[in-house]
Amino acid sequence: MKKIFKRPISLKQVPFRFCPGCGHSLIHRLIAECIDNLGIRERVVGIAPVGCAVFAYDYFNFDILEAPHGRPPATATGLKRAMPDRIIFTYQGDGDLAAIGTAEIIHAANRGENISVFFVNNATYGMTGGQMAPTTLPGQKTTTTPSGRNTKTAGFPLRVSELLSTIEGASYIVRTSVDSYKNLINTKRAIEKSFRYQIEERGFSLVEILSPCPVDWGFTPKDSIIWLRKEMMSVYPLGTLKDKFKGKNKWKKELL
Amino acid sequence: MKGNEVIAEAAIQAGCRFYAGYPITPQNEIPEYMSWRMPEAGGVFIQAESELAAINMVYGAAAAGTRAMTSSSSPGISLKTEGISYLAGAELPAVIVNVQRGGPGLGNISGSQADYFQAVKGGGHGDYKLLVYAPFNLQEMWDLTMLAFDKADEYRNPVMILTDGVIGQMIEPLYPTPYVRPELPEKDWILDGCKNREPRMIKSLYMGEGELEMRNLILQRKYEKMREKEVKFVGYHVEDSEVLVVAFGIAARIALSSVRRLRRDGFKVGLFRPVTLFPFPEKELSMLAEENRRFITIEMNAGQMVEDVKLAINGKSKVLFYGRPGGSIFTPEEVQEKIQQSLNYQPHLAKTNLIL
Repeated sequence: MKKIFKRPISLKQVPFRFCPGCGHSLIHRLIAECIDNLGIRERVVGIAPVGCAVFAYDYFNFDILEAPHGRPPATATGLKRAMPDRIIFTYQGDGDLAAIGTAEIIHAANRGENISVFFVNNATYGMTGGQMAPTTLPGQKTTTTPSGRNTKTAGFPLRVSELLSTIEGASYIVRTSVDSYKNLINTKRAIEKSFRYQIEERGFSLVEILSPCPVDWGFTPKDSIIWLRKEMMSVYPLGTLKDKFKGKNKWKKELL
Repeated sequence: MKGNEVIAEAAIQAGCRFYAGYPITPQNEIPEYMSWRMPEAGGVFIQAESELAAINMVYGAAAAGTRAMTSSSSPGISLKTEGISYLAGAELPAVIVNVQRGGPGLGNISGSQADYFQAVKGGGHGDYKLLVYAPFNLQEMWDLTMLAFDKADEYRNPVMILTDGVIGQMIEPLYPTPYVRPELPEKDWILDGCKNREPRMIKSLYMGEGELEMRNLILQRKYEKMREKEVKFVGYHVEDSEVLVVAFGIAARIALSSVRRLRRDGFKVGLFRPVTLFPFPEKELSMLAEENRRFITIEMNAGQMVEDVKLAINGKSKVLFYGRPGGSIFTPEEVQEKIQQSLNYQPHLAKTNLIL
């Protein structure tokens, strides 16, 4: 009998310890599946951020470097420039990438660093207990906006992917979600494309992934999915924001 | 070659193949030199968007096993301390050059020694130490930079070259001695893809019960080993001195002129110059503490190393201090006068030990 579904080799044989209904375990799995599919596990170095995904090294079955809060794009630059033939990716949350690390992500994109960035947007600071993130929606209640985000004093949701898509050095910017089977498939395609672009030396790519955080949002996992679709997607519409090489995606297997 | 360029070329000769930096006076010659010299040597030069980014690029390159360096001046080093703490916590080797300028805040662009505490007492968060070298001429800029890369690899620890705007901008002859690579342990910890081996990780987060304490004790043992093996200092006319000047870097260089003049005039004065600021030559200084000898610490700050001198002397001799903060540079005549004053100075009659 042929086995058609199994645990990716790029994931360690350990259970995930994320909260119920969290999107991180799905995204970890998708990244691991893509790395398996492309056969690049032994060439990959991933960068774990500060936040819920800091424990990436407990789950991914390949080399992982932990970086200071917001700095993964700079750290990835150091790794990639020192070893151009390795595949380097960062895994960052919205606090990490859209707040403290805005300078690093903008300039890594602007230099066209040949790296892959996986940006998990759950509109809150998960690890620290649900404070307001730059991506928090107007009116959204968090532990630091107990009456809901007031745009007059706390600003507006920051659309980093839209910002980055205006930068010449960026090659591929896409926003996906893990709320449905269809969107999981699209996310996986985007992740794989991002890795392919890196292998083909096509420069900087970023996949923003909308992901639920039921515990900090204060919803059940099921209601979180509904809120993500209804509220988040209207502020953060899914789709490809930039693809410099659109229509020129002739995948070269020999590059592997 | 200027002092700053000497550091840059010595780094290249010592096999540094990654440099990331950000402009700040008075260290700009280092990134400028590296911008053409590093690619010529087959390495990577990046002008980063900030000091934060630069130190984290070095963090990444060091994790890949490349000899990596960054440089800055005082305000920029403050920004880098986050990354330096992470380098120390993750045990990654790197060389950080601080061409000190006056502070606090934006200060000025004149040479200064006001970052002594920042360099030797940690600087960033957590219990960590850097190996800190304080060159006092261009020859030492050359030699100590090369040594810094070896020691960084040997101890898997960041090493700092603590110099200043005066030496960085100075031009004088030196012997560009060729780099000889010592026996060093193989880098069997780098992250270069898990081909034919188990996956590795490099991190500084230890959440398990007692895990972080264990990590810290390992780090402390490493620092203890540095204290045992890495102390460097130079003494001038120390043996029969009645007044012993203690100074490092550019202050020591100026003080040496003063000491030599006083010796010519028959005064029994000497100079003790720490070359490593961490580890500090405390045992050596302590052995020189005698009732009939007094010490005067001379620094281009408001009194920082003098605290370590006092700890080493531990009350066995009088310890005086003369310093000029805020990027002011003293002349040999001025220092000479202060040393002479210290001969007759009666600390028990004065309110402070400062000769100001």
